[in-house]
Amino acid sequence: MIRIIPRLDIKGPNLVKGIHLEGLRVLGRPEVFARTYYQTGADELLFMDAVASLYGRNSLLDVVERTARETFIPLTVGGGLRSLDDIAAVLRAGADKVAINTAAIGNPDLIEAAAERFGSSTIVVHIDAKRSAGGRWIAWTENGREPSTLDAVDWARRAADLGAGEILITSIDREGTGQGYDLDLTRAIADAVPLPVIACGGAGTGDHVRVAIADAHADAVCVASMLHYGVAQRLLERGFQFEGAGQFKVLAEKRDFGRVQPSDIPTLKRHLIDAGIACRIADSAEPADAR
Amino acid sequence: MPDEAGRPCVAIVDYGLGNLFSVAQACRHAGLDSAITSAPDDLWRADGVILPGVGAFGHAMRTLDRLGLRSTLIEVAAAGKPVVGICLGFQLLFSESCEFGTHAGLGIVDGVVENLRDAAPAAATGRRLKVPHVGWLGIHRASTGRSDDGWTGTLLAGVPDGAPMYFVHSFYARPARDTATLATARFGELAYCCAIQAGDVFGCQFHPERSGADGLRLYDNLARHLGVKAAAQSLPW
Repeated sequence: MIRIIPRLDIKGPNLVKGIHLEGLRVLGRPEVFARTYYQTGADELLFMDAVASLYGRNSLLDVVERTARETFIPLTVGGGLRSLDDIAAVLRAGADKVAINTAAIGNPDLIEAAAERFGSSTIVVHIDAKRSAGGRWIAWTENGREPSTLDAVDWARRAADLGAGEILITSIDREGTGQGYDLDLTRAIADAVPLPVIACGGAGTGDHVRVAIADAHADAVCVASMLHYGVAQRLLERGFQFEGAGQFKVLAEKRDFGRVQPSDIPTLKRHLIDAGIACRIADSAEPADAR
Repeated sequence: MPDEAGRPCVAIVDYGLGNLFSVAQACRHAGLDSAITSAPDDLWRADGVILPGVGAFGHAMRTLDRLGLRSTLIEVAAAGKPVVGICLGFQLLFSESCEFGTHAGLGIVDGVVENLRDAAPAAATGRRLKVPHVGWLGIHRASTGRSDDGWTGTLLAGVPDGAPMYFVHSFYARPARDTATLATARFGELAYCCAIQAGDVFGCQFHPERSGADGLRLYDNLARHLGVKAAAQSLPW
Protein backbone atom coordinates (compact mmCIF):
# COMPACT_ATOMS: atom_id res chain seq x y z
CA MET A 1 0.00 0.00 0.00
CA ILE A 2 1.26 3.47 -0.73
CA ARG A 3 1.16 6.11 1.98
CA ILE A 4 -0.55 9.50 1.89
CA ILE A 5 1.32 11.81 4.25
CA PRO A 6 -0.08 15.27 4.99
CA ARG A 7 2.85 17.66 5.40
CA LEU A 8 2.33 20.38 7.97
CA ASP A 9 4.83 23.24 7.87
CA ILE A 10 4.92 24.83 11.28
CA LYS A 11 6.00 28.29 12.31
CA GLY A 12 5.75 28.97 16.02
CA PRO A 13 2.29 27.73 17.05
CA ASN A 14 0.83 27.96 13.52
CA LEU A 15 0.39 25.84 10.42
CA VAL A 16 1.77 27.79 7.47
CA LYS A 17 2.03 27.25 3.74
CA GLY A 18 4.20 29.02 1.21
CA ILE A 19 5.27 28.71 -2.39
CA HIS A 20 8.81 27.50 -3.17
CA LEU A 21 9.19 27.30 0.64
CA GLU A 22 8.80 31.11 0.86
CA GLY A 23 6.05 33.65 1.50
CA LEU A 24 4.50 31.68 4.34
CA ARG A 25 0.81 32.20 5.07
CA VAL A 26 -0.77 31.26 8.37
CA LEU A 27 -3.57 28.69 7.98
CA GLY A 28 -4.42 27.93 11.60
CA ARG A 29 -3.57 25.60 14.47
CA PRO A 30 -1.63 22.52 13.35
CA GLU A 31 -3.33 20.29 15.92
CA VAL A 32 -6.74 20.93 14.34
CA PHE A 33 -5.48 19.95 10.92
CA ALA A 34 -3.51 16.96 12.25
CA ARG A 35 -6.58 15.62 14.08
CA THR A 36 -8.72 15.99 10.96
CA TYR A 37 -6.15 14.12 8.86
CA TYR A 38 -5.86 11.33 11.42
CA GLN A 39 -9.62 10.91 11.53
CA THR A 40 -10.01 10.91 7.75
CA GLY A 41 -7.38 8.28 6.98
CA ALA A 42 -3.91 9.85 6.80
CA ASP A 43 -1.31 7.08 6.83
CA GLU A 44 1.31 9.18 8.56
CA LEU A 45 1.94 12.84 9.43
CA LEU A 46 4.95 15.01 8.66
CA PHE A 47 5.65 18.14 10.71
CA MET A 48 8.28 20.44 9.28
CA ASP A 49 9.53 23.30 11.42
CA ALA A 50 9.73 26.08 8.84
CA VAL A 51 11.90 28.46 10.86
CA ALA A 52 13.69 26.16 13.29
CA SER A 53 17.02 27.89 13.11
CA LEU A 54 15.49 31.32 13.70
CA TYR A 55 13.42 30.77 16.85
CA GLY A 56 13.46 28.59 19.92
CA ARG A 57 11.90 25.20 19.31
CA ASN A 58 9.87 24.67 22.45
CA SER A 59 6.66 25.49 20.66
CA LEU A 60 7.40 22.73 18.13
CA LEU A 61 7.91 20.18 20.89
CA ASP A 62 4.59 21.27 22.43
CA VAL A 63 2.79 20.79 19.12
CA VAL A 64 4.45 17.38 18.66
CA GLU A 65 3.49 16.26 22.14
CA ARG A 66 -0.12 17.43 21.88
CA THR A 67 -0.50 15.77 18.49
CA ALA A 68 1.14 12.50 19.53
CA ARG A 69 -1.32 12.25 22.43
CA GLU A 70 -4.37 12.08 20.21
CA THR A 71 -3.21 10.66 16.88
CA PHE A 72 -2.28 6.99 16.62
CA ILE A 73 -0.42 6.99 13.32
CA PRO A 74 3.29 7.57 12.68
CA LEU A 75 4.58 11.10 13.09
CA THR A 76 7.78 12.34 11.42
CA VAL A 77 9.29 15.64 12.54
CA GLY A 78 11.91 17.67 10.70
CA GLY A 79 13.30 21.16 10.32
CA GLY A 80 16.49 22.40 11.88
CA LEU A 81 17.48 19.24 13.76
CA ARG A 82 21.23 19.65 14.24
CA SER A 83 22.44 16.98 16.62
CA LEU A 84 21.73 13.64 18.26
CA ASP A 85 20.36 15.59 21.24
CA ASP A 86 17.92 17.52 19.01
CA ILE A 87 16.75 14.20 17.54
CA ALA A 88 16.38 12.64 20.98
CA ALA A 89 14.28 15.60 22.19
CA VAL A 90 11.84 15.31 19.27
CA LEU A 91 11.54 11.53 19.70
CA ARG A 92 10.95 11.97 23.43
CA ALA A 93 8.11 14.39 22.65
CA GLY A 94 6.39 11.58 20.75
CA ALA A 95 7.74 11.62 17.18
CA ASP A 96 8.37 8.22 15.60
CA LYS A 97 10.86 9.40 13.00
CA VAL A 98 12.94 12.47 12.26
CA ALA A 99 13.77 14.12 8.95
CA ILE A 100 17.24 15.63 8.72
CA ASN A 101 18.60 17.79 5.91
CA THR A 102 21.01 20.68 6.53
CA ALA A 103 22.85 19.06 9.42
CA ALA A 104 23.32 15.83 7.44
CA ILE A 105 24.78 17.68 4.46
CA GLY A 106 27.15 19.58 6.75
CA ASN A 107 28.07 16.41 8.61
CA PRO A 108 27.12 13.16 6.83
CA ASP A 109 28.40 11.15 9.81
CA LEU A 110 25.31 12.37 11.67
CA ILE A 111 23.23 9.95 9.56
CA GLU A 112 25.38 7.01 10.60
CA ALA A 113 25.49 8.04 14.25
CA ALA A 114 21.74 8.67 14.36
CA ALA A 115 20.94 5.38 12.61
CA GLU A 116 23.12 3.52 15.06
CA ARG A 117 21.61 5.19 18.11
CA PHE A 118 17.93 5.38 17.11
CA GLY A 119 17.66 2.72 14.38
CA SER A 120 17.81 3.26 10.62
CA SER A 121 14.06 3.24 10.26
CA THR A 122 13.85 6.28 12.54
CA ILE A 123 16.07 8.39 10.29
CA VAL A 124 14.55 9.99 7.21
CA VAL A 125 17.00 11.97 5.09
CA HIS A 126 15.23 14.97 3.61
CA ILE A 127 16.57 16.44 0.38
CA ASP A 128 15.34 19.83 -0.84
CA ALA A 129 16.30 19.76 -4.52
CA LYS A 130 16.26 22.39 -7.21
CA ARG A 131 16.79 21.86 -10.92
CA SER A 132 20.11 23.01 -12.31
CA ALA A 133 21.63 22.97 -15.77
CA GLY A 134 22.04 19.68 -17.60
CA GLY A 135 18.96 17.92 -16.25
CA ARG A 136 20.40 17.47 -12.76
CA TRP A 137 19.31 18.64 -9.37
CA ILE A 138 21.26 20.30 -6.58
CA ALA A 139 20.50 19.68 -2.89
CA TRP A 140 19.73 22.88 -0.99
CA THR A 141 20.02 23.53 2.73
CA GLU A 142 18.47 25.87 5.32
CA ASN A 143 14.91 25.12 4.17
CA GLY A 144 15.67 26.02 0.56
CA ARG A 145 17.69 29.17 1.26
CA GLU A 146 21.25 27.95 0.57
CA PRO A 147 22.58 25.76 -2.25
CA SER A 148 25.03 23.00 -1.45
CA THR A 149 27.48 21.55 -3.93
CA LEU A 150 25.86 18.12 -3.84
CA ASP A 151 24.05 16.44 -6.70
CA ALA A 152 20.70 15.39 -5.21
CA VAL A 153 20.72 11.86 -6.67
CA ASP A 154 24.32 11.18 -5.60
CA TRP A 155 23.51 12.51 -2.15
CA ALA A 156 20.48 10.22 -1.86
CA ARG A 157 22.68 7.21 -2.69
CA ARG A 158 25.26 8.27 -0.13
CA ALA A 159 22.59 8.83 2.54
CA ALA A 160 21.27 5.33 1.88
CA ASP A 161 24.78 3.89 2.29
CA LEU A 162 25.19 5.79 5.56
CA GLY A 163 22.11 4.15 7.03
CA ALA A 164 19.11 6.35 6.25
CA GLY A 165 15.80 4.48 6.50
CA GLU A 166 13.85 6.56 3.99
CA ILE A 167 14.45 9.44 1.60
CA LEU A 168 12.07 12.40 1.51
CA ILE A 169 12.58 14.32 -1.72
CA THR A 170 11.11 17.82 -2.04
CA SER A 171 11.18 19.73 -5.31
CA ILE A 172 11.72 23.38 -4.40
CA ASP A 173 10.74 24.31 -7.96
CA ARG A 174 7.31 22.74 -7.56
CA GLU A 175 6.68 23.23 -3.84
CA GLY A 176 3.40 25.09 -3.22
CA THR A 177 2.72 25.62 -6.93
CA GLY A 178 0.10 22.95 -7.52
CA GLN A 179 1.78 22.11 -10.83
CA GLY A 180 2.46 18.50 -9.87
CA TYR A 181 5.49 16.72 -8.43
CA ASP A 182 8.81 16.88 -10.27
CA LEU A 183 8.40 13.40 -11.76
CA ASP A 184 11.90 13.17 -13.24
CA LEU A 185 13.44 14.04 -9.90
CA THR A 186 11.21 11.63 -7.98
CA ARG A 187 11.92 8.78 -10.41
CA ALA A 188 15.67 9.46 -10.44
CA ILE A 189 15.80 9.20 -6.65
CA ALA A 190 13.33 6.31 -6.29
CA ASP A 191 15.26 4.22 -8.82
CA ALA A 192 18.66 5.13 -7.34
CA VAL A 193 18.16 3.96 -3.75
CA PRO A 194 16.93 0.67 -2.25
CA LEU A 195 14.93 2.60 0.38
CA PRO A 196 11.35 3.86 0.44
CA VAL A 197 11.13 7.27 -1.22
CA ILE A 198 8.56 9.91 -0.29
CA ALA A 199 7.72 12.43 -3.03
CA CYS A 200 7.02 15.97 -1.88
CA GLY A 201 6.26 19.32 -3.46
CA GLY A 202 3.75 20.32 -6.08
CA ALA A 203 0.62 18.19 -5.62
CA GLY A 204 -2.39 20.14 -6.86
CA THR A 205 -4.72 17.34 -8.00
CA GLY A 206 -5.40 13.68 -7.31
CA ASP A 207 -3.87 12.81 -10.63
CA HIS A 208 -0.60 14.45 -9.68
CA VAL A 209 -0.47 11.99 -6.81
CA ARG A 210 -1.36 9.07 -9.06
CA VAL A 211 1.45 9.71 -11.53
CA ALA A 212 4.03 10.27 -8.80
CA ILE A 213 3.32 6.69 -7.68
CA ALA A 214 2.55 4.97 -10.97
CA ASP A 215 5.07 6.71 -13.23
CA ALA A 216 7.72 8.12 -10.88
CA HIS A 217 7.87 5.10 -8.50
CA ALA A 218 7.27 7.00 -5.26
CA ASP A 219 6.54 4.71 -2.29
CA ALA A 220 4.72 7.47 -0.44
CA VAL A 221 3.60 11.02 -1.16
CA CYS A 222 3.43 14.19 0.86
CA VAL A 223 0.42 16.38 0.22
CA ALA A 224 -0.02 19.82 1.74
CA SER A 225 -1.92 22.64 0.01
CA MET A 226 -4.65 20.39 -1.44
CA LEU A 227 -5.55 19.05 1.98
CA HIS A 228 -4.95 22.21 4.01
CA TYR A 229 -7.07 24.33 1.69
CA GLY A 230 -9.77 21.64 1.74
CA VAL A 231 -9.89 21.68 5.54
CA ALA A 232 -9.70 25.47 5.73
CA GLN A 233 -12.49 25.86 3.21
CA ARG A 234 -14.80 23.56 5.16
CA LEU A 235 -13.95 25.33 8.41
CA LEU A 236 -14.75 28.71 6.85
CA GLU A 237 -18.05 27.39 5.53
CA ARG A 238 -18.94 26.39 9.06
CA GLY A 239 -18.16 29.90 10.33
CA PHE A 240 -14.91 28.98 12.06
CA GLN A 241 -12.85 32.05 12.96
CA PHE A 242 -9.22 32.00 11.89
CA GLU A 243 -6.93 33.70 14.31
CA GLY A 244 -4.01 35.38 12.62
CA ALA A 245 -4.97 33.92 9.27
CA GLY A 246 -6.44 37.04 7.70
CA GLN A 247 -4.47 36.84 4.50
CA PHE A 248 -5.46 33.25 3.93
CA LYS A 249 -9.11 33.96 4.78
CA VAL A 250 -9.31 36.48 1.96
CA LEU A 251 -7.92 33.91 -0.47
CA ALA A 252 -10.27 31.22 0.74
CA GLU A 253 -13.31 33.46 0.47
CA LYS A 254 -12.37 34.27 -3.08
CA ARG A 255 -11.58 30.58 -3.60
CA ASP A 256 -8.34 31.73 -5.12
CA PHE A 257 -6.16 28.65 -4.72
CA GLY A 258 -4.30 28.96 -7.99
CA ARG A 259 -3.69 25.57 -9.53
CA VAL A 260 -4.41 23.73 -6.29
CA GLN A 261 -7.73 21.88 -6.16
CA PRO A 262 -8.81 21.64 -2.50
CA SER A 263 -9.58 18.04 -1.62
CA ASP A 264 -9.58 15.54 1.23
CA ILE A 265 -7.90 12.21 1.95
CA PRO A 266 -10.88 9.90 1.23
CA THR A 267 -11.42 11.55 -2.17
CA LEU A 268 -7.73 11.26 -2.96
CA LYS A 269 -7.60 7.60 -1.96
CA ARG A 270 -10.71 6.74 -3.96
CA HIS A 271 -9.03 8.28 -7.01
CA LEU A 272 -5.94 6.11 -6.46
CA ILE A 273 -7.88 2.93 -5.77
CA ASP A 274 -9.90 3.47 -8.95
CA ALA A 275 -6.56 3.61 -10.78
CA GLY A 276 -5.50 0.27 -9.28
CA ILE A 277 -3.17 1.67 -6.61
CA ALA A 278 -3.47 -0.08 -3.25
CA CYS A 279 -4.33 2.30 -0.40
CA ARG A 280 -5.30 1.88 3.20
CA ILE A 281 -8.90 2.70 3.93
CA ALA A 282 -9.07 3.79 7.54
CA ASP A 283 -10.42 1.37 10.12
CA SER A 284 -11.36 -1.26 7.58
CA ALA A 285 -14.58 0.46 6.58
CA GLU A 286 -13.89 -0.94 3.12
CA PRO A 287 -11.61 -3.64 1.71
CA ALA A 288 -8.13 -2.36 2.37
CA ASP A 289 -5.97 -3.86 -0.30
CA ALA A 290 -6.92 -3.34 -3.92
CA ARG A 291 -4.31 -5.83 -5.13
CA MET B 1 -0.68 -4.94 40.71
CA PRO B 2 -3.71 -2.79 39.89
CA ASP B 3 -3.51 0.85 40.93
CA GLU B 4 -5.76 2.45 43.58
CA ALA B 5 -8.53 3.00 41.05
CA GLY B 6 -8.39 -0.71 40.27
CA ARG B 7 -6.96 -0.21 36.83
CA PRO B 8 -4.41 -2.77 35.73
CA CYS B 9 -0.88 -1.50 35.22
CA VAL B 10 1.61 -2.52 32.56
CA ALA B 11 5.35 -2.12 32.65
CA ILE B 12 6.69 -0.68 29.39
CA VAL B 13 10.27 -1.90 29.20
CA ASP B 14 12.66 1.00 28.63
CA TYR B 15 15.97 -0.11 27.21
CA GLY B 16 16.63 3.07 25.28
CA LEU B 17 14.98 2.06 22.01
CA GLY B 18 11.66 2.89 20.43
CA ASN B 19 8.77 5.26 20.83
CA LEU B 20 7.74 4.54 24.40
CA PHE B 21 5.64 7.68 24.48
CA SER B 22 3.26 6.37 21.82
CA VAL B 23 2.97 3.00 23.58
CA ALA B 24 2.14 4.80 26.84
CA GLN B 25 -0.45 6.98 25.07
CA ALA B 26 -2.13 3.93 23.56
CA CYS B 27 -2.26 2.33 27.03
CA ARG B 28 -3.82 5.49 28.43
CA HIS B 29 -6.37 5.48 25.61
CA ALA B 30 -7.34 1.92 26.61
CA GLY B 31 -7.65 2.83 30.29
CA LEU B 32 -4.44 1.04 31.25
CA ASP B 33 -1.97 2.55 33.66
CA SER B 34 1.58 2.22 32.48
CA ALA B 35 5.04 2.75 33.88
CA ILE B 36 8.04 3.20 31.64
CA THR B 37 10.75 1.31 33.47
CA SER B 38 13.95 -0.68 33.27
CA ALA B 39 13.81 -2.06 36.82
CA PRO B 40 13.31 -5.86 37.03
CA ASP B 41 11.16 -5.46 40.17
CA ASP B 42 8.71 -3.24 38.27
CA LEU B 43 8.21 -6.02 35.72
CA TRP B 44 7.33 -8.46 38.50
CA ARG B 45 4.93 -5.97 40.14
CA ALA B 46 3.09 -5.08 36.93
CA ASP B 47 0.02 -6.95 35.71
CA GLY B 48 1.60 -7.26 32.28
CA VAL B 49 4.77 -6.35 30.42
CA ILE B 50 5.15 -4.62 27.07
CA LEU B 51 8.51 -5.02 25.32
CA PRO B 52 8.62 -2.39 22.56
CA GLY B 53 11.64 -1.40 20.54
CA VAL B 54 13.09 -0.20 17.27
CA GLY B 55 16.67 -0.78 16.21
CA ALA B 56 19.26 -3.52 16.02
CA PHE B 57 18.71 -6.96 17.58
CA GLY B 58 22.23 -7.53 18.92
CA HIS B 59 22.42 -4.10 20.50
CA ALA B 60 19.02 -4.60 22.11
CA MET B 61 19.97 -7.96 23.64
CA ARG B 62 23.22 -6.54 25.00
CA THR B 63 21.29 -3.67 26.58
CA LEU B 64 18.74 -6.04 28.12
CA ASP B 65 21.65 -8.06 29.55
CA ARG B 66 23.29 -4.98 31.00
CA LEU B 67 20.03 -4.01 32.69
CA GLY B 68 19.52 -7.52 34.02
CA LEU B 69 16.32 -7.81 32.03
CA ARG B 70 17.04 -10.90 29.90
CA SER B 71 16.45 -13.36 32.73
CA THR B 72 13.63 -11.24 34.18
CA LEU B 73 11.70 -11.27 30.92
CA ILE B 74 12.17 -15.04 30.52
CA GLU B 75 11.08 -15.64 34.11
CA VAL B 76 8.00 -13.37 34.11
CA ALA B 77 6.84 -15.04 30.88
CA ALA B 78 7.42 -18.49 32.40
CA ALA B 79 5.46 -17.39 35.47
CA GLY B 80 2.45 -16.75 33.23
CA LYS B 81 2.50 -12.98 33.35
CA PRO B 82 1.23 -11.54 30.07
CA VAL B 83 4.12 -10.34 27.91
CA VAL B 84 3.59 -8.36 24.71
CA GLY B 85 6.46 -7.84 22.25
CA ILE B 86 6.14 -5.15 19.62
CA CYS B 87 8.30 -4.74 16.48
CA LEU B 88 11.89 -5.37 17.63
CA GLY B 89 10.40 -6.51 20.95
CA PHE B 90 8.47 -9.17 19.02
CA GLN B 91 11.64 -10.38 17.31
CA LEU B 92 13.50 -10.52 20.64
CA LEU B 93 10.99 -13.13 21.88
CA PHE B 94 12.46 -15.66 19.41
CA SER B 95 15.48 -17.97 19.80
CA GLU B 96 17.91 -16.17 17.52
CA SER B 97 18.43 -13.56 14.83
CA CYS B 98 20.83 -13.33 11.91
CA GLU B 99 20.90 -9.51 11.96
CA PHE B 100 24.61 -8.52 11.60
CA GLY B 101 25.87 -11.91 12.79
CA THR B 102 24.02 -14.49 14.85
CA HIS B 103 22.56 -13.37 18.16
CA ALA B 104 20.66 -15.35 20.75
CA GLY B 105 17.26 -13.91 21.59
CA LEU B 106 15.10 -14.44 24.67
CA GLY B 107 14.01 -17.84 23.36
CA ILE B 108 10.49 -17.47 24.79
CA VAL B 109 9.18 -18.55 21.38
CA ASP B 110 11.01 -21.13 19.23
CA GLY B 111 12.04 -19.67 15.92
CA VAL B 112 14.48 -17.47 14.06
CA VAL B 113 14.59 -13.91 12.74
CA GLU B 114 15.74 -13.48 9.14
CA ASN B 115 16.49 -10.76 6.63
CA LEU B 116 13.60 -9.45 4.55
CA ARG B 117 16.04 -8.52 1.80
CA ASP B 118 17.07 -12.16 1.28
CA ALA B 119 13.55 -13.48 1.38
CA ALA B 120 11.70 -11.11 -0.92
CA PRO B 121 13.89 -10.31 -3.90
CA ALA B 122 11.26 -8.97 -6.26
CA ALA B 123 7.68 -7.84 -6.37
CA ALA B 124 5.26 -9.35 -8.84
CA THR B 125 5.31 -6.00 -10.63
CA GLY B 126 9.02 -6.45 -11.37
CA ARG B 127 9.86 -3.35 -9.34
CA ARG B 128 12.25 -4.09 -6.55
CA LEU B 129 10.92 -4.10 -3.04
CA LYS B 130 12.26 -1.47 -0.71
CA VAL B 131 13.86 -2.57 2.56
CA PRO B 132 13.35 -1.44 5.29
CA HIS B 133 9.72 -2.11 4.65
CA VAL B 134 7.91 0.99 5.87
CA GLY B 135 4.16 1.22 5.56
CA TRP B 136 0.79 -0.41 5.97
CA LEU B 137 -0.05 -4.04 5.24
CA GLY B 138 -3.24 -6.00 5.77
CA ILE B 139 -2.91 -8.70 8.44
CA HIS B 140 -4.63 -12.02 7.79
CA ARG B 141 -5.74 -14.92 9.92
CA ALA B 142 -3.12 -17.66 9.81
CA SER B 143 -4.36 -20.47 7.58
CA THR B 144 -2.45 -23.15 9.48
CA GLY B 145 -1.96 -23.58 13.15
CA ARG B 146 -4.58 -22.53 15.63
CA SER B 147 -7.49 -24.89 15.95
CA ASP B 148 -10.15 -22.19 16.34
CA ASP B 149 -11.18 -20.33 13.24
CA GLY B 150 -10.34 -16.81 14.26
CA TRP B 151 -8.90 -14.34 16.67
CA THR B 152 -11.52 -14.74 19.40
CA GLY B 153 -9.89 -14.74 22.81
CA THR B 154 -6.63 -13.27 21.50
CA LEU B 155 -5.34 -9.70 21.46
CA LEU B 156 -6.61 -9.51 17.86
CA ALA B 157 -10.23 -10.14 18.88
CA GLY B 158 -12.53 -7.80 16.98
CA VAL B 159 -9.91 -6.84 14.41
CA PRO B 160 -11.26 -7.52 10.91
CA ASP B 161 -9.36 -10.02 8.76
CA GLY B 162 -7.19 -7.97 6.39
CA ALA B 163 -7.10 -4.89 8.63
CA PRO B 164 -4.15 -2.66 7.70
CA MET B 165 -1.44 -2.19 10.31
CA TYR B 166 1.71 -0.05 10.26
CA PHE B 167 5.05 -1.87 9.84
CA VAL B 168 8.65 -0.68 9.97
CA HIS B 169 11.19 -3.48 9.66
CA SER B 170 14.05 -5.06 7.74
CA PHE B 171 13.84 -8.49 9.40
CA TYR B 172 11.00 -10.92 9.95
CA ALA B 173 10.36 -13.83 12.30
CA ARG B 174 9.94 -17.47 11.34
CA PRO B 175 8.41 -19.45 14.23
CA ALA B 176 9.51 -23.09 14.47
CA ARG B 177 5.91 -24.19 14.87
CA ASP B 178 2.97 -22.89 12.84
CA THR B 179 0.72 -23.19 15.88
CA ALA B 180 2.24 -20.03 17.36
CA THR B 181 1.31 -17.95 14.31
CA LEU B 182 -1.77 -15.83 14.78
CA ALA B 183 -1.56 -13.60 11.72
CA THR B 184 0.40 -13.28 8.51
CA ALA B 185 1.21 -10.39 6.21
CA ARG B 186 2.47 -10.40 2.63
CA PHE B 187 5.57 -8.55 1.47
CA GLY B 188 5.98 -9.09 -2.25
CA GLU B 189 5.73 -12.86 -2.67
CA LEU B 190 6.64 -13.59 0.93
CA ALA B 191 3.83 -14.45 3.35
CA TYR B 192 5.31 -14.13 6.81
CA CYS B 193 4.26 -14.39 10.43
CA CYS B 194 3.40 -10.94 11.80
CA ALA B 195 1.72 -11.90 15.08
CA ILE B 196 2.07 -14.78 17.50
CA GLN B 197 0.36 -15.90 20.64
CA ALA B 198 1.60 -18.72 22.85
CA GLY B 199 -0.16 -18.88 26.17
CA ASP B 200 0.03 -15.40 27.66
CA VAL B 201 2.88 -14.32 25.40
CA PHE B 202 1.83 -12.18 22.44
CA GLY B 203 3.95 -10.48 19.84
CA CYS B 204 3.42 -8.49 16.68
CA GLN B 205 5.79 -7.15 14.05
CA PHE B 206 3.56 -4.14 13.37
CA HIS B 207 3.00 -1.15 15.64
CA PRO B 208 -0.56 -1.35 17.00
CA GLU B 209 -0.11 2.04 18.74
CA ARG B 210 0.58 3.61 15.31
CA SER B 211 -2.11 1.69 13.38
CA GLY B 212 -5.16 3.84 14.02
CA ALA B 213 -8.39 2.52 15.56
CA ASP B 214 -7.80 -1.12 14.52
CA GLY B 215 -4.44 -1.09 16.26
CA LEU B 216 -5.92 0.43 19.41
CA ARG B 217 -8.20 -2.62 19.68
CA LEU B 218 -5.15 -4.65 20.70
CA TYR B 219 -4.62 -2.31 23.64
CA ASP B 220 -8.32 -2.47 24.53
CA ASN B 221 -8.11 -6.27 24.46
CA LEU B 222 -4.97 -6.20 26.60
CA ALA B 223 -6.67 -3.93 29.14
CA ARG B 224 -9.66 -6.26 29.33
CA HIS B 225 -7.48 -9.35 29.63
CA LEU B 226 -5.31 -7.85 32.37
CA GLY B 227 -8.37 -6.57 34.20
CA VAL B 228 -9.97 -10.00 34.24
CA LYS B 229 -6.75 -11.65 35.27
CA ALA B 230 -6.02 -9.14 38.04
CA ALA B 231 -9.55 -9.50 39.40
CA ALA B 232 -9.20 -13.29 39.51
CA GLN B 233 -5.90 -13.05 41.39
CA SER B 234 -7.22 -10.61 43.97
CA LEU B 235 -10.03 -12.94 45.06
CA PRO B 236 -9.73 -13.70 48.78
CA TRP B 237 -9.60 -17.50 48.43
